[in-house]
Amino acid sequence: MRSGFWHDLRKYKMFLLMLTPAVIFYLLFAYIPMAGIIIAFKRYDYAGGIFGSAWNGWDNFRFFFDSGNAWQVTRNTALYNIAFIVVNNALQIFAAILLFEVGGKWFRKIVQSALFLPYFISWVVVGAIAYNLLNYDIGTVNALLRGLGLEPVDIYNTPAYWPFLLVLVSAWKGLGYGTVMYLAAITSIDTEMYEAAEIDGANIFQRILKVTIPNLYPTIIILVLLAVGNIFRGDFGMFYNMVGNNGVLFSSTDVIDTFVFRSLITSNDIGMSAAAGVFQSVLGFATIMAVNYAVRRYDKDRALF
Amino acid sequence: MSATEVNLDKSFAKTSGVKKTDQKIFAAIGYGSLTIMAVLCLLPFLLVVSSSLTSENKIITAGYQFIPTDFSAEAYSILFKYPAEMIQAYLVTIGVTIGGTLLGLFLTSMTSYALSRRDFKWRNGFSFFFFFTTLFSGGLVPWYLLIVNYLHMKDTVLALIVPLVLNVFYIIVMKSFLGGIPEAIVESAKIDGAGDFRIYAQLILPLSKPALATIGLFLALAYWNDWYNALLFVSDEKLMPLQYYLYKMLGNMDGMRKAMMGAGAVVTTALPTESLKMAMTVVATGPILLAYPFVQRYFVQGLTIGAVKG
Repeated sequence: MRSGFWHDLRKYKMFLLMLTPAVIFYLLFAYIPMAGIIIAFKRYDYAGGIFGSAWNGWDNFRFFFDSGNAWQVTRNTALYNIAFIVVNNALQIFAAILLFEVGGKWFRKIVQSALFLPYFISWVVVGAIAYNLLNYDIGTVNALLRGLGLEPVDIYNTPAYWPFLLVLVSAWKGLGYGTVMYLAAITSIDTEMYEAAEIDGANIFQRILKVTIPNLYPTIIILVLLAVGNIFRGDFGMFYNMVGNNGVLFSSTDVIDTFVFRSLITSNDIGMSAAAGVFQSVLGFATIMAVNYAVRRYDKDRALF
Repeated sequence: MSATEVNLDKSFAKTSGVKKTDQKIFAAIGYGSLTIMAVLCLLPFLLVVSSSLTSENKIITAGYQFIPTDFSAEAYSILFKYPAEMIQAYLVTIGVTIGGTLLGLFLTSMTSYALSRRDFKWRNGFSFFFFFTTLFSGGLVPWYLLIVNYLHMKDTVLALIVPLVLNVFYIIVMKSFLGGIPEAIVESAKIDGAGDFRIYAQLILPLSKPALATIGLFLALAYWNDWYNALLFVSDEKLMPLQYYLYKMLGNMDGMRKAMMGAGAVVTTALPTESLKMAMTVVATGPILLAYPFVQRYFVQGLTIGAVKG
């Protein structure tokens, strides 16, 4: 057995060498930080560092939950992700079906390019555009409202608008990416089914409802389940650039990731932010395991592991 | 074949001149909705470009506009008169993008190649070792402390390159691409006495050009648009990449004034801050918009590989 291992080691020497950089990378930036989870159970001080600081049991977690932030950020993270999943997928499927069915090579090309463009710009730029549109004094929306003789809206001071806005922004940025994915799935549907539907006298709407959409179910289910597995991961780039450190809006915009970032960088509360991060990781891991179990039951080949 | 059949069907409907009602209704819905969606996707870009070309007075009195009613190139002339900081940020971003993309491509392809070789018995174990990191993580805090307090990467260019250099998703995509290369090619090279690294470097890499192009562009986009690692790890102004520089300037008009003065501008009158912000946004996003028409298809290709493989 032992000699078998040493024999293999020599045999695979080159493969192992080729894997070395990546293995070191993931050991360093993924596995060691996993061990660093112990910070969540310590009172961190800079002299002691990760391993030398004193233990303080569940205090950091207790602090996180007692602060009232835990429920708010967890709820926001999950609800936003659910809304994103529903709205984004529905729009992407709608756009993909239309793109597949309408004629005109150039029209399709131009539309697809336009829909895909927002994917390519950074969240910083998206945040700047949003500010142009929405700010109270010189935003385009308020300029239009004033032009129509209506009251301007103070969007950056009103939490109630933000769930709609953020869903809109997420849909805008992700539309092209998802549309391309669904379009690829539609293109791979067997054309014989369309021909059969044609012969049976189905009109175009019946064809979409009875052929295209049922054939998309596997893709939809997999994409949605994968997204559900990440339901406790907030898109930091979006929330941070859209909202920033505007505390007025936090009740409806703060997600776990922005909360952890602020606790770490702004208030420098290392123990509590580590505890919040661990809470998120464990919740996320449990969700992914559950989702994978569901995918396995639905279609074994599609399961992650 | 499939697309041709569908097109044939459509062209029949067109040439015969009798479009059925359902097709007419569908065409109206289809062209209408797609046009609206495309316009909504493009309008914000128009707003930025137009605002960057509108006089400051007009913006302050009438808001940001989709069409520049009071044209002014003042913002650009100020920006290009004192471009030192912007150029510095550009150089940082270009360097990080090129260096990071090349290093990332090398590491991704080499790793994927070893994992794709069927005669490597331990490949599944290593694949899981990489894959598990997407399921569970230690969170932001230990990762941040490691990089800052233990690896001392704060305010070094490494902090901008290393975090993005490897990505399990790209390794999976690359691996599935390499899995499609016939094994006979590797076998015959082995018989000719080529070592595993030589097979990778001289045989597999040239055959992988399509996958390398796609992954390279995803990497380049991630580096170009990265501001997050700078937010966490960079406070040295010389090391600020473009997006983070833009982020700082957008939120900080005083900083902008200082930047202009530092570059030698004597600011006696008020700076056109609003149009200047937009001009900076245009300059920071410009290269992506210019490259977009040429590179779009590689991204579509990449998504399609990913979609098929799940």
